[in-house]
Amino acid sequence: MFDDGGSNVRKYNTVNRRVFILKIAKGIIFTGIVARLFSLQITENKKYLTLSDKNRLREWRLPPIRGEFEDFFGNVVAGNTKVYQLHVVPEQVEDFKYLMVRLKNILSLTDKQFSKIVKKKSQQKNWETLIISENLTWDQFSKVNFYLHELSGVKPVLSVARSYPFKENYTHVLGYVARASENDLINNEEIKNKHVPGLRVGKSGLEKTFENNLIGTNSVKRYEVNAFGKRINQVDFQEGAKGDKIKLTVDTEIQKLCNELLADKAGSISVMDIFTGEIIAMHSSPSFDPNLFMYGISHKDWDSIRENPLKPLINKTISGLYSPGSIIKPIVALSALENDVISTKFKVNCSGKTELYGQTYHCWKKEGHGVVNLRDALKQSCDTFFYEMSRRLGVDRLNVTARRFGLGNTVFKNLYSEEKRGLVPSTKWKKDALGKGWVLGETLITGIGQGYIQTTPLQLCLMTAQLANGGFKIFPRITFDKNQEPIEKIKYKMSQSLVVDNDNSSSLIRSAEDLFNKGEKEYTKLFRNQENIKFVLEAMYASTNEIRGTSYRSRIDDPKYRFAGKTGTAQVKKITKIQRELDLDTSQIPYEERDHAWFVAFGPYKDPRYSLSVFVEHGGSGSSAAAPLAKKLMKKIIDRHEEREKIRKNRLMEI
Amino acid sequence: MFEQSSYSDQYTFFQKLRSFDFILIFCILCLGVISNLSMYSTDGGQFLYHSKSHFIRFVTFFSMMIILSFINLRFWHSTAYLFYTITLAFLIWASIYGITASGSQRWINLYFINLQPSELMKIAIIVCFARYFHREQMTNINSFKNIIVSIAILILPILLVISQPDLGTSILIAMSGIIVMWLAGFNIKYFVYSGLVLVVSLPFVISILKPYQKLRVLSFFNPDRDPLGAGYQIIQSKIAVGSGGLTGKGYLKGTQSYLEFLPEKHTDFIFTLFSEEHGFVGSLILLILYAVLIFRILNIGSKSRSYFGKLFCYGFGSAIFVYVAVNMSMVLGLLPIVGSPLPIMSYGGSSMLATMIGLSIVMSTKIHSKQIIH
Repeated sequence: MFDDGGSNVRKYNTVNRRVFILKIAKGIIFTGIVARLFSLQITENKKYLTLSDKNRLREWRLPPIRGEFEDFFGNVVAGNTKVYQLHVVPEQVEDFKYLMVRLKNILSLTDKQFSKIVKKKSQQKNWETLIISENLTWDQFSKVNFYLHELSGVKPVLSVARSYPFKENYTHVLGYVARASENDLINNEEIKNKHVPGLRVGKSGLEKTFENNLIGTNSVKRYEVNAFGKRINQVDFQEGAKGDKIKLTVDTEIQKLCNELLADKAGSISVMDIFTGEIIAMHSSPSFDPNLFMYGISHKDWDSIRENPLKPLINKTISGLYSPGSIIKPIVALSALENDVISTKFKVNCSGKTELYGQTYHCWKKEGHGVVNLRDALKQSCDTFFYEMSRRLGVDRLNVTARRFGLGNTVFKNLYSEEKRGLVPSTKWKKDALGKGWVLGETLITGIGQGYIQTTPLQLCLMTAQLANGGFKIFPRITFDKNQEPIEKIKYKMSQSLVVDNDNSSSLIRSAEDLFNKGEKEYTKLFRNQENIKFVLEAMYASTNEIRGTSYRSRIDDPKYRFAGKTGTAQVKKITKIQRELDLDTSQIPYEERDHAWFVAFGPYKDPRYSLSVFVEHGGSGSSAAAPLAKKLMKKIIDRHEEREKIRKNRLMEI
Repeated sequence: MFEQSSYSDQYTFFQKLRSFDFILIFCILCLGVISNLSMYSTDGGQFLYHSKSHFIRFVTFFSMMIILSFINLRFWHSTAYLFYTITLAFLIWASIYGITASGSQRWINLYFINLQPSELMKIAIIVCFARYFHREQMTNINSFKNIIVSIAILILPILLVISQPDLGTSILIAMSGIIVMWLAGFNIKYFVYSGLVLVVSLPFVISILKPYQKLRVLSFFNPDRDPLGAGYQIIQSKIAVGSGGLTGKGYLKGTQSYLEFLPEKHTDFIFTLFSEEHGFVGSLILLILYAVLIFRILNIGSKSRSYFGKLFCYGFGSAIFVYVAVNMSMVLGLLPIVGSPLPIMSYGGSSMLATMIGLSIVMSTKIHSKQIIH
């Protein structure tokens, strides 16, 4: 009994002692749990709160609405149109197969379209919107609405898409939009940030250049979703802003005329304000309808564009490089005068050809022009005279003048990625690029715009503009600048620069590199003696308005429209002796070997305001293929002048 | 001595009622109210299936507990082996005729209730050990016979539960059993030795684990290994608790549970839901309630004059602690995910029934604390 009691006491003691140890252990463990709770809920609360929000909130971004392009007169040239779309949320559909068969009948879908939609459905979640059609016709749309009560889960939706109301007229100016590609996302951060499936972005032209201004901002719907991604409720909605509206300096009426003039031809026309540098028209032919790219271009259409021998995909105005031919002559003449190589009284006897180191150089006129002075040589475009003059001038001095007037460099600054610089050769260039010494014969053919020299049609338009405005630097622009100075002020600035720079006669000696690197200021003079410019302009007037002038047949006698110009006929292939003797008509030569036809002009002659360049690829001679187009064009440009000025005045009053 | 034994043999109804432990009852009621409110939240703020049946169960089993508390502790002492045997029989029945759900054969159909005998075994094993060691002399405790018999009592149900398969419950049974064995006075060295044996045989044990159990162990060590698979539960649970902050997201506003990111939110992860909605403060209050409950049970044990009652209270209190600690550590990412409900809080009839039976024995111990059982 006693033992028992003692044993019991020990037993009780043991269990009490051990429970005490256990109590301490429990206390420690509970403390550990509290510490863990503290670290999760207090210390790391922010981290887990973010994770929890990331779990529960999903953003649905809607495509931003793209900004519009307007022409000078406020017409929308690239806008957004309403499109009728058909969306289906498969989750809300009782019998998807039945619905699809119904829709197939109502919309008369082809089997191919049908299977495409079914495939798309299988790739996405049940509650995600399935786009049956992105662009329903009004017929289809109204038909669906008629049957809507029988089609649960079907949602006819009104959306917007890019549209180009003037179709092929603005294709090369604006470029076009299409679905953003992988590359677009990589190259443009802005697109990446705003991307939603099916977003259209600029693929070329201004649409691409101004992508970041045009794109706008997404509307954002924020939803609370459950663990399975199903939307529970909308938490908030942020309305996005439409992209910026971009106003162009282009006149649609003139742009349309350019398109008509170049119908069925390959070529380019550009028109420029010689004081403001505003591009009034800029067209490359043939063109194509960019609306075709909206919902995926069909193979047939794409092939017909791509395989067209007239190359509609190339913007010839700025990325087509061609020999300028005789269009270069005013610059050669100016360069010779400015450098005092010859005087205006200098005469050459043209016998139809000249020889140098055993090589014969022909004038375009076989029988020769006889004794000609500089004015006659420009007017009649005598090659022999220019051979002799450029021999005396040398290619390097010509290079400086030509580049000063805008050749050999892009006309726009980073506006078109596809714009080409062209080439004005020099002895240094040949040494660096080809590793060979310059040959004097090459100077002769450079003097008539053949050989290495290559220009874009727009460069020649700029060159003409800078001659026509009295020889002052302008910077062409295609986007409207509402701070544009009035013409009077520009003219005043030009006369001012005349005064200031007159003391510094070394302006001509400055190297061309200086010019481009330091960026010449607007309206600075590009000449040494303005009399030389005036002489050249007067010779161009003679070329168009005096008998025996190369473009005499395309003149306008009405002083209101009277203009001055210069023709150019650029050889594409060296003419062989046999061909020279045959003297074939243009139509008898294969298309690829026909001459390029050029014409540049400015007008009205009395008070010049506009310059233009017309280029017809393989069109034949400048006087017969290009100059007649310029005649019609100049009339239209001057007719539109009043209206254009009215707009400009109104705009000034607005400010 | 005789006086003491003849004293307090019979109590009147009111005497018993007066000696109820009201702190304990208060804790149970608090936990009950909290658990019902949480269940209401898991149903998305509606009185639906889970909240309804949890409420009914709580009310029924709580009333049952009060009534059972009046039963003399002697009854439990005398029926301890029977209780254990019947539960063991149920386990065998479950392994043969049991109802299978989510890959595990745990339930038996008793026509009025689907019972999970492994939950009852959690209590039965403690009652059985309390009875077994009640009469044992201290000097004999470490005898060979005692060791073998205790191990047999423990290992039989564990094997049955593991084969269901239900790793979580078998671990909990094992832990509460081992704690009671140690409290009874088994030499500490046996536990050290068997612990060593376990460590050595661990690779073998892991190799016989079911693939999903292996995955759980692996994903515990690195939850990001498979964030949408096995580690998903741990990650989502930690996010829920962590995002609760100091005062929580507010009642019925736990987004993790409301939007169904939380798995098994009414059973094992009920604490996560509670912690998300009520934050650190709420969790601390809940922990304190459990701590008071446990220490109250241990306190009742220490005041009991019968070794049976004492050992049961110590064992049961420790078991409750183990359940709470394992469950919380699990949802807080401190332990691998094994199925272990939070007592009273979690949805589950058998668990509730077992807990209430245990609590009624504790209450009976309190009422009959002066009684000596021979």
